[in-house]
Amino acid sequence: MPGEFVTIDGNEAAAYVAYKTSEVIAIYPITPSSPMAELCDQWSTQRMCNLWGSVPLVQEMQSEGGAAGAIHGALQSGALATTFTSSQGLLLMIPNMFKIAGELTSTVFHIAARSIATHALSIFGDHSDVMAARATGWAMLFAGSVQEVMDFALIAFASTLEARVPFLHVFDGFRTSHEIQKISQLSDDDMRALIDEELIHAHRRRALSPDRPFIRGTAQNPDTFFQHREAANPFYLATPTIVQNVMDRFAQQVGRQYHLFDYVGASDAERVIISMGSSTETVEETVNWLNAHGERVGAIKVRLYRPFSAHHLVAALPKTVERIAVLDRCKEPGSAGEPLYLDVVAALNEQWEGKLPRVIGGRYGLSSKEFTPAMVKAIFDELAKPQPKNHFTVGIHDDVTFTSLDYDPSFDIEPRDVVRAVFWGLGSDGTVGANKNSIKIIGEETSNYAQGYFVYDSKKSGARTVSHLRFGPRPIRSPYLISKATFIGVHQFGFLERYDVLEQAEPGAVVLLNSPYGPDEVWEHLPKPVQEHIVNKHLQLYVIDAYKVAAATGMGNRINTVMQTCFFAISGVLPREEAIAKIKEAIRKTYGKRGEAVVRKNFEAVDATLAHLYRVEIPQDAPINGMPLPPVVPPEAPEFVQKVTAMMIAGKGDLLPVSAFPPDGTYPSGTTQWEKRNIAQEVPVWEPDLCIQCGKCVMACPHAVIRAKVYEPGLLANAPEGFKSADARWKELHGLKYTLQVSVEDCTGCALCVEVCPAKDKSQAGRKAINMAPQLPLRAKEIANWAFFERLPEYPNFNHLAFNNVKNVQLLEPLFEFSGACAGCGETPYLSLLTRLFGDRIYVANATGCSSIYGGNLPTTPWSFNREGRGPAWSNSLFEDNAEFGFGMRLTLDALAEKARNLLRALSSLIGRPLCEAILNADQSTEAGVHAQRERVAELKARLQTMEMPEARQLLEIADTLVRKSVWIIGGDGWAYDIGYGGLDHVLASGRNVKLLVLDTEVYSNTGGQSSKATPLGAVAKFAAGGKHQRKKDLGLMAMAYGHVYVAQVAMGANDAQTIKAFLEAESYDGPALIIAYSHCIAHGIDMAKGFQQQKLAVESGYWPLYRYDPRLAREGKNPFQLDSGAPKVPFKEYAYNETRYRMLAQTDPELAEALMRQAQEAVNARWKQYAALAGKGA
Amino acid sequence: MVDLSTTYLGLQLAHPIVPSAGPLTSRLDRIKRLEDAGAPAVVLVSLFEEQIEHESLLLDHYLSYGAETYAEALSYFPDLGSYNLGPEEYLKLIQRAKAETSIPIIASLNGVSSGGWTEYARQIEQAGADALELNIYYVAADIHVTGAEVEQRYIDVLKQVRQVVSIPLAVKVGPFFSAMANMAKRLVEAGANGLVLFNRFYQPDFDIEALEVVPHLVLSTSDELRLPLRWIAILYGRVKAALALSTGVHTHEDVIKGIMAGASVTMLTSELLRHGPGRISQLVRDLSEWMEQHEYGAVAQMRGCLSQRSVANPDAFERANYAKVLQSWRAEPSALAPKS
Repeated sequence: MPGEFVTIDGNEAAAYVAYKTSEVIAIYPITPSSPMAELCDQWSTQRMCNLWGSVPLVQEMQSEGGAAGAIHGALQSGALATTFTSSQGLLLMIPNMFKIAGELTSTVFHIAARSIATHALSIFGDHSDVMAARATGWAMLFAGSVQEVMDFALIAFASTLEARVPFLHVFDGFRTSHEIQKISQLSDDDMRALIDEELIHAHRRRALSPDRPFIRGTAQNPDTFFQHREAANPFYLATPTIVQNVMDRFAQQVGRQYHLFDYVGASDAERVIISMGSSTETVEETVNWLNAHGERVGAIKVRLYRPFSAHHLVAALPKTVERIAVLDRCKEPGSAGEPLYLDVVAALNEQWEGKLPRVIGGRYGLSSKEFTPAMVKAIFDELAKPQPKNHFTVGIHDDVTFTSLDYDPSFDIEPRDVVRAVFWGLGSDGTVGANKNSIKIIGEETSNYAQGYFVYDSKKSGARTVSHLRFGPRPIRSPYLISKATFIGVHQFGFLERYDVLEQAEPGAVVLLNSPYGPDEVWEHLPKPVQEHIVNKHLQLYVIDAYKVAAATGMGNRINTVMQTCFFAISGVLPREEAIAKIKEAIRKTYGKRGEAVVRKNFEAVDATLAHLYRVEIPQDAPINGMPLPPVVPPEAPEFVQKVTAMMIAGKGDLLPVSAFPPDGTYPSGTTQWEKRNIAQEVPVWEPDLCIQCGKCVMACPHAVIRAKVYEPGLLANAPEGFKSADARWKELHGLKYTLQVSVEDCTGCALCVEVCPAKDKSQAGRKAINMAPQLPLRAKEIANWAFFERLPEYPNFNHLAFNNVKNVQLLEPLFEFSGACAGCGETPYLSLLTRLFGDRIYVANATGCSSIYGGNLPTTPWSFNREGRGPAWSNSLFEDNAEFGFGMRLTLDALAEKARNLLRALSSLIGRPLCEAILNADQSTEAGVHAQRERVAELKARLQTMEMPEARQLLEIADTLVRKSVWIIGGDGWAYDIGYGGLDHVLASGRNVKLLVLDTEVYSNTGGQSSKATPLGAVAKFAAGGKHQRKKDLGLMAMAYGHVYVAQVAMGANDAQTIKAFLEAESYDGPALIIAYSHCIAHGIDMAKGFQQQKLAVESGYWPLYRYDPRLAREGKNPFQLDSGAPKVPFKEYAYNETRYRMLAQTDPELAEALMRQAQEAVNARWKQYAALAGKGA
Repeated sequence: MVDLSTTYLGLQLAHPIVPSAGPLTSRLDRIKRLEDAGAPAVVLVSLFEEQIEHESLLLDHYLSYGAETYAEALSYFPDLGSYNLGPEEYLKLIQRAKAETSIPIIASLNGVSSGGWTEYARQIEQAGADALELNIYYVAADIHVTGAEVEQRYIDVLKQVRQVVSIPLAVKVGPFFSAMANMAKRLVEAGANGLVLFNRFYQPDFDIEALEVVPHLVLSTSDELRLPLRWIAILYGRVKAALALSTGVHTHEDVIKGIMAGASVTMLTSELLRHGPGRISQLVRDLSEWMEQHEYGAVAQMRGCLSQRSVANPDAFERANYAKVLQSWRAEPSALAPKS
């Protein structure tokens, strides 16, 4: 019997069963599996019980390796235990997985399958990770839809108890893990019916216990290991039958029948596709359509991939089959074929009777690349060819090795009775949240089935979202994006000139546009391609000024409720009155717990909407008179940017062929400058008459859009009209002009600059030297000003100014600019500072996390270079190995520099002794010294160019290592405190000259705010939903314990001068240095414009003492520890309760919050006492 | 033994020194300490509708901010299920204070919307409060709103609340009315059982170095007693409502003055914040001693003895008062000496 219908995503479906069937759950965040862990943590905090009436223990670990180890231990001691992971996380579990399987231990790990980082990281879905784990001896059960995820989670659990072979329950990352579907939920009774309690008792009896001791996990010798390894064979042989039996019992219980290999299609098919995961849905849907249109084709849906039962596969195939295409969602370079293909070939060879079908293999869908019915048809067409292409790819255009199959993108099999709606929104406007509500309304309140999938930008500010929603009378089996939409919601008018938003509209579709222009005037403001779409496809256009309605009802920028109401009003999915009632019910359900005021505000928005919604009457002969779309990047952008980057920026990256890409993943630096996003509604405007030229705004700007330059007055001769300047207020720079220029197209409008500006108008205190003003009226003028400003000379970093204070440092060029980090990001000002100080000679090893995403996620990178072509050499290896990765860079630099010095000595008579001596003995302790050395090395290289001998060539290649380089190992607290701590510790211990910069946001920010060991006592975070009960790890103190590590704790918002000092000292120290930088974060729940004020409070409360520990001072007989901030002067609470992460605990459990707040204050007091003693200041 | 007992809002109180709404009456443990120190009743800290709304909107803003934007972080906070954003905590405080103390509990409410005033008042009554003080605060900064309109808002709020609750109602107002006496009369006619004079508002201060307006909380002094003293003295016997003197009560002399003006109770917070709840018992002792020394047998005997209607020169509370102060000032002879 079908159970209760729920509208949930794949992650929730898996987590639901996993939680119900577990006693111990070890977790660690990794996309896209994190929500499974978050849900379990949340349920555990809410004291939800498992099937046996107990609340599972949910424990976060320091890495996936740690989670697997903990689960191994939990299983060995008899618990029902599980974990969730993806991608690199699964790789880190592999060593334990071999053990768990080798010991025949019952467990299920739930995997949202994701790409493994190769030429690039990708968070999206394919089977690279699980295929890398196929040697571990785990069974693998692949689910293809959200319903199957829930079903297979249970089937896997029931099977592993009996089989004793551990199971990976696999489903496609994002496509299934994040797709919302209306499904039938398994009840507790369903689960109990499938689970044999006796098998759980047996699992317990196999556990370690001192009450009946034995040992497991021995070490063996050549005499026994091999034959012992074979002893487990019967278990693997029995597993397929066990799984099939469980599937049969499952069918009896809930009515859904699965097989190890499910065949769908014509019983006499000659062409068959074999695949796993969500592609099986697309293939089945297409097979059914093709057969309904006269074809005779079929498909095998592989459920149990390991142990691979050749017998069951062969039995499932129709005997008529002549051609088989096996699809793998992974790539194994250098192999004879991808894994499933090889398994099928081997199975047929072993088991097929009669003439073997011809088998070809192909790759599809890597990193969530679309896999559509059109591609399925192309594969069947290929199979029909006399010589079908083997080892093909589909879904891309391979113009290098010509593997790809052509397909017709217009091939469309979507049923007409399915509503297909696409919504273009901004992350900040709430579009996705409203659509998730709409799906719930339709899925749970009507007999319709519903599906939702959401495509996100890789930017964290001004990010675009595209929602794909389907509603229809039958279960929806279309796990691909909508290409023919019946409804298109364009929630941002500005998108019209940036994206081809109506491309997907099918003829007669309804278009809802959020427009500042009313029905009578909107037409002339539409770009030409949009007008063409509307006229040619006879689209029905509706407009609403949603921002106006939202503002009037207190919704601010969140137009979600307004647009959702419009959608229901004009889409006809539900009768209007009923729809409005349902929207309000959903609002109460979603927001009710946040208080009546929120509900009321949303209700008001619903009620105010329809009066402002207008149908635009478009005559047949409407003039096509709109503006053409502006170019994506300016014509002066480099060729690669024009050809490749621009396509990605425009959302057309899918169209790029293989040949467009550098095969090794190398990309040009400094490309954010070409991606003018214009996302700020308001931008800072400089008031030269008030400005004291302190440079604080330049330092604070997270996106490096505020720049300062000094220059000769004569250069103003060609300045655009209105270009602002003032006399430079430096004693040393008398006679020069000063300009503070804003790149308004790159600004995110965070207003951090205004907050830090100390200069106020003496007659009107609200006016500062920098103030926010609407961007649009300023844009054209400021674009010209910025272009002129850019051409002004940069101030050289080796000049006579001392770059040890904010005022002077503002003049240095940042080589990290215009990142896609959150507006007002607390991390990026440190990177901007780092590159101003040393950017032309640093290597950056960047741990995976926020900084690697805003630093290296395509299409563009903020890591830039100066006019000499020098800039940070940046790379990301992994999350867990970043300290070691950077350390390797240092080892290379040291090795090559030593080699270069040796070659220099050896060749000195030929090169010229004075030059060689000067290079070898150069003082590079200052930037002037480095500059002089660079000139010497340039001369050296010029001389080497003329020399023929191999040693000269060798030296030429590595001569640049003779100029001082600095290695910066950068990452967040998740890396430094948790997963990468072992490496960080080792690198610090080594004594080598590496600099570690920890951008400490006190949570895993990039994956959505999970607790780390840097999370403070009393704060709420994911995985610490009940508030963190332990103190933050004192990483600085631990590093100081070595004695030879330079350590500093900084907070730019509290003391920018101390921050600069720490960076300079760390860099100049010939040994390991660690800087822990307070980084306010969106995950703190603060007004980001006040981030620096919050940093100041953190310091003033004593929570974040500023200090520097310099081992050089100890060598001089001085106290190496210098405390740079004063004794606590405001209560910790005053700082903490400005932040949602603390406040929300007080709003849910006031007594606990108060107790934790008291402990936190005690911790602050104790630490201050300890630090004051260290500083010799007394307590 | 002198009889210190008094009646306020129909509640029999052991003496007239009552802690007013403030931090000391915001938590059960503090209320218990006040009871232990001899407080005859407490006025709970105000339930601010505006604050509830603000907290609610703030939470919604930050839970939504940045969510559903970026594929790896579709939210930044765990879903904690439910939040204490309504009046639940406050209502719980009333219930627990009623259950765990034996003194009358007077709740205090500051509303914003008419729906908020009535709904929260109803819930407060249901939670078991013995009486309710309406803390009506309205800074009439809108240059288009007349004094009459402002006054009417007070009356409307009071009437609406009166309709939905039956417990005694006090109204705490500020002194900024053109016709305070008439306003007091209208409030009583609209259903107030008591008037609390006066509300003491936080006044913003300036930081002249930073050129900023800053909130500045200063504890009261005895000097501030005189404004409420005058109005209690004027109103005593003229309006059918119990009068509470609030603001500037620090010593037993202040208490005595308040009672002599006509107050049923005197209320204090600043003094207790400075010296702790134990200060109440000291004040009671001092009051008692003074009364004994001056041969007063009961508070009731003393009440209103210096009210406008009881004194020999009632105009001392009106214009003449100003003249008297002027005349009481004596210029130094040199200042008056004719210039040569």
